[in-house]
Formats: sequence, structure tokens, C-alpha cells
Amino acid sequence: MIYRRRASPLHAARAAVAIAWCAALGVASMLESNPVLLGATAVTVLGAAALAGVGRELRRSLRWSVPLWLGIALVNALVTRNGLTVIWRFGDLPLLGQTNVTLEATVYGALLGLRAVVLIQIGTLYSVAVDPDAVLRLFRGLSFRSALSATIATRMVPVLVRDSRRLAEAQRCRPGDPPGRAQLLRATTASVIDRALDVAATLEVRGYGAARRAPRRRDSIWERGWSRHDLAFLASAGGLLVIVLAARLGGWDAFTAYPLLRAPAGARTLGAAGALLLVALLPFLDRRGIEA
Amino acid sequence: MRITDLTYRFPGAARPALEAVSLTIEPGEFVVVAGLSGSGKSTLLCAVSGLVPHFHGGTFAGSVAVAGRDTREHGPGELAASVGSLFQDPETQVVLGTPRAELAFAAENRGWSAPEVARAVEETALALAIDGLLDRPVEELSGGELQRVALGATLSARPALVCLDEPTSQLDPVAGDELIGLLRRLNEDGDTAVLLAEHRLERCLGAADRVLALAGGRLAFDGPPADFLAWALTAAPSLVPPGAALLAGLGLAPAAGVKRARAALRAARLAPATGASALGRGAEADARGELGRWDAILPRRRGGRCASQAALELRGVWHEIAGGAAILRGVDLRLRAGERVALMGRNGAGKSTLLRHAAGLMAPTRGRVQAAGRVALLLQHPGDYLVHETVGEEAGERALATVGLGQLAGRHPRDLSGGERQRLALAIVLGEPDGAAPAAVVCLDEPTRGMDRAAKDALARLLDGLPAAVLVATHDPEFAAAFAQRVVLLADGRVIADGATAEVLCGGTYFATETARILGGAGGALLPADGVALLGREPAGLRA
Repeated sequence: MIYRRRASPLHAARAAVAIAWCAALGVASMLESNPVLLGATAVTVLGAAALAGVGRELRRSLRWSVPLWLGIALVNALVTRNGLTVIWRFGDLPLLGQTNVTLEATVYGALLGLRAVVLIQIGTLYSVAVDPDAVLRLFRGLSFRSALSATIATRMVPVLVRDSRRLAEAQRCRPGDPPGRAQLLRATTASVIDRALDVAATLEVRGYGAARRAPRRRDSIWERGWSRHDLAFLASAGGLLVIVLAARLGGWDAFTAYPLLRAPAGARTLGAAGALLLVALLPFLDRRGIEA
Repeated sequence: MRITDLTYRFPGAARPALEAVSLTIEPGEFVVVAGLSGSGKSTLLCAVSGLVPHFHGGTFAGSVAVAGRDTREHGPGELAASVGSLFQDPETQVVLGTPRAELAFAAENRGWSAPEVARAVEETALALAIDGLLDRPVEELSGGELQRVALGATLSARPALVCLDEPTSQLDPVAGDELIGLLRRLNEDGDTAVLLAEHRLERCLGAADRVLALAGGRLAFDGPPADFLAWALTAAPSLVPPGAALLAGLGLAPAAGVKRARAALRAARLAPATGASALGRGAEADARGELGRWDAILPRRRGGRCASQAALELRGVWHEIAGGAAILRGVDLRLRAGERVALMGRNGAGKSTLLRHAAGLMAPTRGRVQAAGRVALLLQHPGDYLVHETVGEEAGERALATVGLGQLAGRHPRDLSGGERQRLALAIVLGEPDGAAPAAVVCLDEPTRGMDRAAKDALARLLDGLPAAVLVATHDPEFAAAFAQRVVLLADGRVIADGATAEVLCGGTYFATETARILGGAGGALLPADGVALLGREPAGLRA
């Protein structure tokens, strides 16, 4: 999963704004506890990915994050003793002792898992829709080396993916039994270290080690001017935060798991969910002036 | 740049990689560094860029001064203002997401203002003809394009000296020649000094002002290209390029480059007889034992025995990517048992994909692949095959003996040289574990990358001894001419030429050997020995 410039409003927005918008979604998913609002955030992220042309990447990340979701839900259901509505009695289990699975623990585990999945999806959306080079330019004024290290780490991912594919192909060319996992792991580790050393040597000879503060560029945030997409996504990020705070302060996102489930889904909660979806996705409707 | 009595030993190494090296490079010089694998070429370049000793550690004696800065006191980051470095593998030298960011990176690290950075990016991109690539994701670039971008990143901050370590080793002949031409132009126009380490000297000697030859870490020669060739004929025959070997074989003074070699032949009034065949004359001369004495500098064509039955057959093979371009477009190819075939073409022509189809790693989207038995495939990176702790664990005794590594069974695979690793990987894919049939076809993908001529000759001999049909994808026309009976040329996923080696590799500009270029393709002469035989002279003028 790597950044590739696409013809979408989110790709057209400057990195600072795209980061702020992704961060607003992240804050929403962290603060919301009501299943309706959390579900709306999940739908928002998937919808945004589809509208940004990166739906395939998010579907790919769902393939491994959904099992994680199920795992979290299962573990919470098995280890949490809270909740009054028993839906399954396992009796005495080794290590776990007396185990009764409650509806409340199961639902709460599912919500925890959903929150984790939403955060992973937001991270994926950020990776594929925000230009890492622009992020480097943005942050290097504050911490040049940290920003560069983070960008290089991102860049190493596709290189290492290609390396691992090559290694797997080479092993398929071996006649007889394939080598064991431990041997492959050792070879992969050696390959990663070699790659990292090569990249580090390149950085050295390009003057990274001697770099001080980066020059101020003409396309810095204050000098380039704001595009309609910048303004739309910035307004959207602000709107998202207002909705989340309003829902929190107004008690529309109330949710209690224990001892009994209480998740109001009244008009205000549904309204907040709808507003969240609308405010987050509206900037994608303006497709003027975008190019890949 | 001045090196004074430099001796350097890598950490834990038994002997120094560089020993008592002293030399000076003046502004604007184009210097080629020659030497066999392990002679110290890359280490010398690392010493100039400051990676030795700051990055690699080890024991360092003597001094290296670049633009007045002592490398013991100034690290590679500081020296980057004066020295640009380009290594072999472009994939690890492009660290940012787009060529534009990559080209700007070195200039920004020097603290240039935004307009200066923008101008440097624009001018470098125009000079290297990569202006059309500036905003493309680096993942979409071909190997040749990536190498150009890496070169651009090296040059954008306008270093006074550029060090390049085999920059053409992963490029096809067209891109390789273009890169050398670009270097020459930048050297002439911008007064940039160039220090270029290269195995394929025939590519770059014509552009060089001076040659340094390293042997065992010591500076064995330092002088102009013509003197280097005269020296190499006796002192280091495996460094003699084919054109110089041809002239020497004819008793003429060696000259660097096709143009000078042609002029030397004209001056000596040597021209191929009408209708003469290099193959016929070469075979006759060889039969009389006339060429045997000159084996060290006159590599000769290896024969091959082939039967009539097919060992591998591809019929109308297509490889189409969902939502993308077709990589192979209806390829028909038939290899007979025991036949040696070279597969050539530009980067991205589909050679590697074709080999993967032959070995069954990929399934055609259309068409059919049939093999008479197991197809062994050696991919481009031999290190990917090496996963065990000893050479003996990697391959069986018989396979190791076949590739001449029987005596190294107790060594760690990663301690082997590049050529030995290549042979070990070949032993692994050839390996005949219990119950497995011997390979009917052996496919190799760019096996000569980064190899010196001695290692290439050894590989050609090894392949010649295999009973299987051999299909080698290569960018090296000299290697193809030495080992193959037939050459298949691919372009854009299609076979555009398929014929006898002499037929395909004669008369061209890029996909042709240096001998063929010098002789204009006359008589099908591809290798110096062919040329010597064709021009009807015994190699009497050559000093033993």
C-alpha cells in the first residue's frame, strides 16, 4: 500500500489539510462510543476511500483487520466477567476458570474491535492519499531528521515487499523440499538489513547527515494560497470536530455496556451520524480542477 | 581530489581492500577505474565519498582530500557538497516518492534557497531527459529510468566530482550507452570530474581521459586509455576490451573505442575479404591450433550440441495484467535439447516474464508452455536462493561439483564472492535431490550482472558443459556471442528477431558486439578471434 497521486479532491488538497481531515476522523473514532456514530464513522471512511479512488487498498487492509476485529471481540467475550445477559455457558475452562459469555461483553468487544478497524482504515487512507514527500516538507521545519526517517520508513515498505516477493519466487525455483520457516526468516532478516544499509549509505552521500534546517519553499502552507479543496477539507475537519463535541456534550453518543446494554439511537443520535457522514463526504463532490 | 598512501582494511578482513594507493584527480577529468571483482574499485569510490571509513568502519591509514577537505575529519554528509555518488542498484538509491522530490533532496540538504533548488531540478531533469518523469511515482519507473533519476539526484547539487560504481550493470545496451554519453556530455559541458568504476570497459574507454587499474587493492596502472590497453595486453589480459583484443590479435597497436579501432584497421589496410565467413575461417584457424595461444585475450565462441527434439516450447504465449498492459504478446519460441539461446532486448521488453513462464512461475493468460522435463530457473539475485548456514547444505555434492564449488562446502554462502554466489545459486536450481529428474532446460536471468570477464568466461564454460538446453536473458552482447548458438530479440513483448547469433548480433549498433561494430558486421565476426581469422592474419604481432 503506497501513495500514488490520483484524480481526487483529497489527493488535490495540500498535505497539512489532508492530515487534519484524517486526524479529525481519527478523533471522532476515538471519542465516539455509541455504535451508531462509530458505524457512521466506519461508513464515512469507506465512502471517502471509494470517492478518493483508493477503495481497493482499503479492501485489502480489511482482509487482515477484520480477523483482528473478530479476535478482539472473542477475547473480550471470553475474559470479561461483566454483563448480566448470559448467552453461553462454557463452565470451567483451563486457565479461564468459570466462563459465561454475556451479551454485553460480546457487544462491547465487537465495538472495541470496530474502533480498531476504523483506526486502521483511517491510517490506510492516510498512507495512500497523503503525499509522503509533502509531509516531509511540512514537518522538516520542526524536526527534519524525524520527518525524513518516517518518510524513508514508508518508502522502504514497497522495496521490502518486492524483496520478499523475489525471495519467495527464488524458493519456488528450488527443486525438492522447500526450506524451513526459520531459515527463510533468517534470510529475510539479512536481506532487510542489507537494504537498510544501502538506503542509509545513499542518504549519507546525498548530504542527509549534514543537513540542517530545510529551506523555506514557495509552496509552503502560507505562500501558495488556499485551493477550494483545501478550504473544503479544512471546513469538513472543523465540522467533524464540532459534531463529535456536540454529540459528546449533548449526550447523543451515550453508550453503556455494563451491566446492561444502553445505546440510545434517537433522532439526535441518528442526526449526528447523518451529519458526520455528510460533512465528511461533501468535499468529495467538488471535482473541479483536480488532476492525477 | 588527492589520495595519499591510502591503506584500508574492512572490519574483520584478513587483508587490506586498498593498499598504498596514491593518486590525484584534476577538475574536469574523466577517469575510468578498471579491475577484476574484489580488486578494490568500489572501496576506492567509497573512500572518495567518505563512506570509508565513516560508514563502514575498519582500519584507515593515509589520507584522502576532496576539494581540500580531509575525509578523516569530514563525513560523507559534508563531502556530499563536493562529491556525488551513484551505486549499482538504483532501487535503493531513490529514497523519496517522486523524481522531483528526489532531485531536490540533495540541493535542499545543502541549504539552497527554493528558487535555486527549483532551477537545479529543472536543469538536471532537462539534461538527463527525465523532465517527463518528474511527477511520476518512483514505483512506476523502469530500472533504466530509476538509474537516470538516481544519477540526476547525484548531479542536481552540482558536485565537482561524481563517483559511479558500475552504473550500467543493470541497464540494457541502449540505456547503458546513453548513460555513458550523458556522463561524457556533463563532463565536457559542466567541467564535472567523473570517477567511473566499470567492468565493461568497451563501453566507456572511448570517453575516458585516464584509466586507473587496481589489482589486489593496489594501483597497478595509472595513465591514458591507449597506454592502459598496451599495459593490459601483457599485465592484465582479462581487462582488455574486445576491440583492443582484435587489434592486438592482428598485430596492431590497441585503440580504445570503435571509431579509433576502425581508423587503425583502415590505416593498416585491413579489410575483410568479400564473402569471407568468420565462422569458417575461425574454425579452420582453430583447427590448426593457431588461436589457442591467445586464449587469454581472445575469447572464443563456444559450441553446443543440440538434438532435434524440443526441450521447451512456447506457443502464442500472452501475459496480460488485469487493467494494465500486456507484457508478452503471442510469443512463439522453441528450444531444442542441448541448444544454447540468448534472450536479449531492452529493459521492460518481457525477458524476465518469459523466463518465469518457461519455469512455470507464471501462467500465460493465453497460449501454452510445454517442457520436456524440469525447467531450472536462476533469477537475477543469486542471494535470494541462499538460506542455509553452509554451502554444503544449500546444494548436493554432485551439483556443487558441477559448478566447481565442491571444495567450498563448509563455507558460509554469504562469504562467497559474487561469481561464486552465482554458481552456488545455479547449483541449487540444478540440484538433483533424491528422486528429482535432472533439468531439461536451464534458464538464467541476467547472470553476468556485475561480473568481470574472467567470471563471465568461467560461466560460459560452465553453461557449455551442461547437458540441458540453456536459455539466458542477458544485456551483454559479448557474453551472448561467446555462449549462444542462437539469439532471440524481444521488444515490447514480441519476438522481433530470432536467428543464429552471428545473424542477429552483426550489423547493429546496440545489440552488437564491439568486434561486429568495428567490422561493420562483416563475415558474421562477433568475437575478436572471429575478426582475427576473418581478416586473414595470424596473431603474430601479439606479444605472449
